[in-house]
This record gives sequence, structure tokens and C-alpha cells, in this order.
Amino acid sequence: MKRPTARPSRGAARRGHGGLARLRAGLSAWAIAHGRALVSSLGRLVSMPLSALMTVGVLAISLALPALFLLLLQNVERLSADWDRGASLSVFLDLSVEESRVQSLADELAQSPPVQAATIISPDQALADFRRMAGMDEALDLLDDNPLPAVIVLIPDPGLGAEGLQALGAEVQAADGVDSVRLDLAWVERLQSISDLLRRAVWLIAALLGLTVVLVVGNTIRLAIQNRREEIVIAKLIGATDGFIRRPFLYEGLWYGALGGLTSAVLVGGVRLALDGPASELARLYQTGPILVGPGLGGFGLLCLVGIGLGLTGSWLAVGRHLAAIEPK
Amino acid sequence: MIRFEHVGKRYDGGYEALQDLSFQLVQGELAFLTGPSGAGKSTLLRLIALLERPSRGHIRVADIDLSRLRRRHIPYLRRRVGMIFQDHRLLHDRTVFDNVALPLIINGIADHREISRRVRAALDKVGLLGREKYYPVTLSGGEQQRVGIARAVVTRPPILLADEPTGNLDPALSGEIMQLFIEFNRVGVTTLIASHDMELVGRLGFRRIGLLDGRLASDLAAGEAA
Repeated sequence: MKRPTARPSRGAARRGHGGLARLRAGLSAWAIAHGRALVSSLGRLVSMPLSALMTVGVLAISLALPALFLLLLQNVERLSADWDRGASLSVFLDLSVEESRVQSLADELAQSPPVQAATIISPDQALADFRRMAGMDEALDLLDDNPLPAVIVLIPDPGLGAEGLQALGAEVQAADGVDSVRLDLAWVERLQSISDLLRRAVWLIAALLGLTVVLVVGNTIRLAIQNRREEIVIAKLIGATDGFIRRPFLYEGLWYGALGGLTSAVLVGGVRLALDGPASELARLYQTGPILVGPGLGGFGLLCLVGIGLGLTGSWLAVGRHLAAIEPK
Repeated sequence: MIRFEHVGKRYDGGYEALQDLSFQLVQGELAFLTGPSGAGKSTLLRLIALLERPSRGHIRVADIDLSRLRRRHIPYLRRRVGMIFQDHRLLHDRTVFDNVALPLIINGIADHREISRRVRAALDKVGLLGREKYYPVTLSGGEQQRVGIARAVVTRPPILLADEPTGNLDPALSGEIMQLFIEFNRVGVTTLIASHDMELVGRLGFRRIGLLDGRLASDLAAGEAA
């Protein structure tokens, strides 16, 4: 049996409480109008599944490609940051520098801020190392004296970039007793410029594909507006506001963006999964930490949000451009 | 309720659809707008609903000066004016129910039960209760016109405008449709009906505003012979 509801009718509420109740009724009407547009626009997508699926597919790929590139970039940068840590400075001292001075210089350098550690390679040790290299043994026997200078190897702070390394090198070069400083910088610089290049390329591609999403959604919404021209005219004839007419199209764009974003997240997740095996095999061989990381839950969420944002932008552009042109005749 | 003061409408290219037209409809009045095709009947109705703006003169509808009405307020004017067209202007991919419910949804009525109740009441008035789930194409011309009328009256607007509502109907059906308008007028709706069917209009005995070449040609009070 159906019991009578305790909720007062809208009319009673309006008579009873005035302003606040009217505001609440207005707000709930607003929310219901939006909810209706949200559901009906999704219903329209479902009613033409093939074309909707194709559009969503285009959007998903357009979103997944830059997401994958960005993921790649992120991992390259993470790995190269690891490798930067391997960079070191070799400080070759004058032959005349005495052993005690070598020690004090090493201590001095170890104290300076960007240096993490300073290791001394004495001339004897260097010669011993040298001897171990094949073919050098006999050649060295011909020499009367040890021609090798003492070397101090500096390990800089891990955070120090290529420029910081260069500055440190120049500083050390100026110190008393230093003959030359060799920076193993070239490859660090190369790697950094490669990742700079990669970063710029990836963002450019991301921007272009983002524009693709906006244009695809815009065009889809433009077609939807054209298909429903008669309906728009009739709605305007019987007093629909611009907002009422705009709303379902905006929500349609939002749905396209959201579904595109969600599908692209699935695509990225799938690609990630497919690469997981080979990546951990590579990591095992190199005995490094994980080679492929991310994008994580936040990344997937961001992808969906970006999809929604771009979808809304596209439909907003289409609606602003094409809806005003339709007036009842 | 509707007042025209020296209204003129000139289209691009110099065609004068209406010239120096003045008349008034008081609240609760029913009048027919007569005249041959091209006399300006449709243009006059379109000016009232602000589908177009006049080139000269002033129009007042329900105490609103239309020349001062901003674009964004036009929808609210149209909600107070129920419009009926010769070609019905129904949405053919929606059921009868959804067609009639559309003005209520546009008016922001959210309560499903209230929508259902008012749609059924409107359909009952035009004699189509029980056809809610039909699609317009499955109905006859006269029935489609009744759906159009139900849609126009479902929000209970104070003004009804009808542009050749019986244009495509046989005399018997035309008479029934006109009777519907007379019933709505009886409950206080100001009604203006454009029709070129002089014989039918003359028989009904209401006020007749005659247009000829965009000018007021005659204004016959109720009962007055042509």
C-alpha cells in the first residue's frame, strides 16, 4: 500500500516560508534541469552507439598518445636524474705538489658545498691501475720516474646540474696546485639536451593532439546542432532560454570528453601492462630500480579531467558559434 | 492585452508587410485576423511573439513594451504567449506526451507527477487523452493540430495566437478546432486567430480584424455583419 508522503507540495512550501523555500525550490529545479540535460545527452550518445563509439575512439587515441609520450618523458627524466649522480670531476694536480698538500687540498675541496666526497688517487696507485691495463706494463718499465700526477676525484651533490658542475670545475681549476680539471660532462649535457628536445617535442605533440580533441568534439557538436535544428527552433518558439538550449549540447561535449578520457586511461593502462614484462627484465639485467614508473591513479584521473576540459571547450566553441544562428522563422 | 500603435514592418528589399497598423485587444477577447494570403496576418502574429521586430511603431503585450524588451527576456514573453501553427511544428521523434510536456520542462517544472498531471489535463481538453504514447506521424492532421493546441495551452498562458490553425483541415474538423479555441477563450484566454476562411469565421460571430496589403481594412465587432 502506498503511504501518503510527508513532504509538503511545492505550493505549500512557497506559501509557508517565502524567500528561503523559494530559493531552495529554485535551486532544486536548477539541479533537476541540469541532471535532466546530463542524462538526456548521455541517452543521445547511447542512441547512436556506432558514431558515438567512433568519436570516443578518436578522442581516446588523441588523448592516449600524448599521455604515453609524457609518461615516456617522465621516465627518461627520472632515469637521467639517476645517471647524473654518476657524474664526477677528475682534478689533476701539478707533479710538484707534495703528498701532504694533496691531502689538505682534498679535505678543503670536500668541505666546499656542492661536493659530496673527494677521493685521492695517488701517483703510485694510478700507476698500478695503469699497469693492470693490457700492454702497458712493458711500456711503463721504460720510464725512470712515475709520470703520473696525483688525482682527486670529486663526487658532486646529486642535485647539481650540468651548469653547476661546470661552475664547480672552474672554481677548482683556480685553486693552487691544480693542473687541470676534467669534467665528464659531455654525455650529461647531451642527455640533458636530448631530454630538453624530447620535452619540447612531447608538449608540442600534446598541444596539437589536445587541439584535435577540441576540434573533433566541436565538429561532432556542430553536427548534433544541425541534426536537431528543428527541435531548437521549436524550443525557442515556446520560450526556451539560450541556456536551456545550450545545456544538452554542452553536456554532450562533456560526455564525449569524459568517455574519451576514460577510454584513453584504459589504453594507457593497457600499454603500460604490455610493457611491464620487458621493462622489468631490462631492469633486472641492468640491476637498476624499476625502469618504467607511473602514471599512477592521479595520472589516470588527470587524463579524464583533461578529456572533460577539452570536450567542454570544444562543445562550448561549437555552441557559441552555431546556436545563435538558429532563430525561429 | 495586445495593443498595436502605428506599427509598420518593412523587410530588407523594401517590401512593406505591414503599414501604420493600430488596434487593440482587451483581456479575455477573442478576435479573428482575416484577409487574403500576403495581407500580413502571419507577420502580425510574429511581431507579437517577437519572432521579428517592427520597423516602426509600438507594440504592447500584457503591459510589456516590446520595443524595450531585451533579447534575453524574449523567452519569458514567449512563455506567456501560446502559439499554434498551420504545420503544427511538432517534434516527430517524440511521443505526444513528450511534445506536450516540453513547455513545462522549459518552464522549469521539475516534479514528474505535476508534469504528468498537467499534460494529461491538456490532452483531455483537446480530446486526446489515451494517445500519450503515440508518435505524431501516427495521428491524423486534425489530431496533430490538437496536440499542437495542447502544447500551447499546457502552461496556461494568458494569450493564444493561432496562425491558420485549420488551413489543412476539412470544414467539420475546422469547426471542432475553432470550438476548442472558443472554449479556451471562455476561461479568460485572450485569443487571436489568423484565418482566411471567411465563411467559417463569419459563422462563428466574433470580432474580425481584416487586413489587406498590410493595412487595416476592416474591424468588425462581434455580431456585426461584413
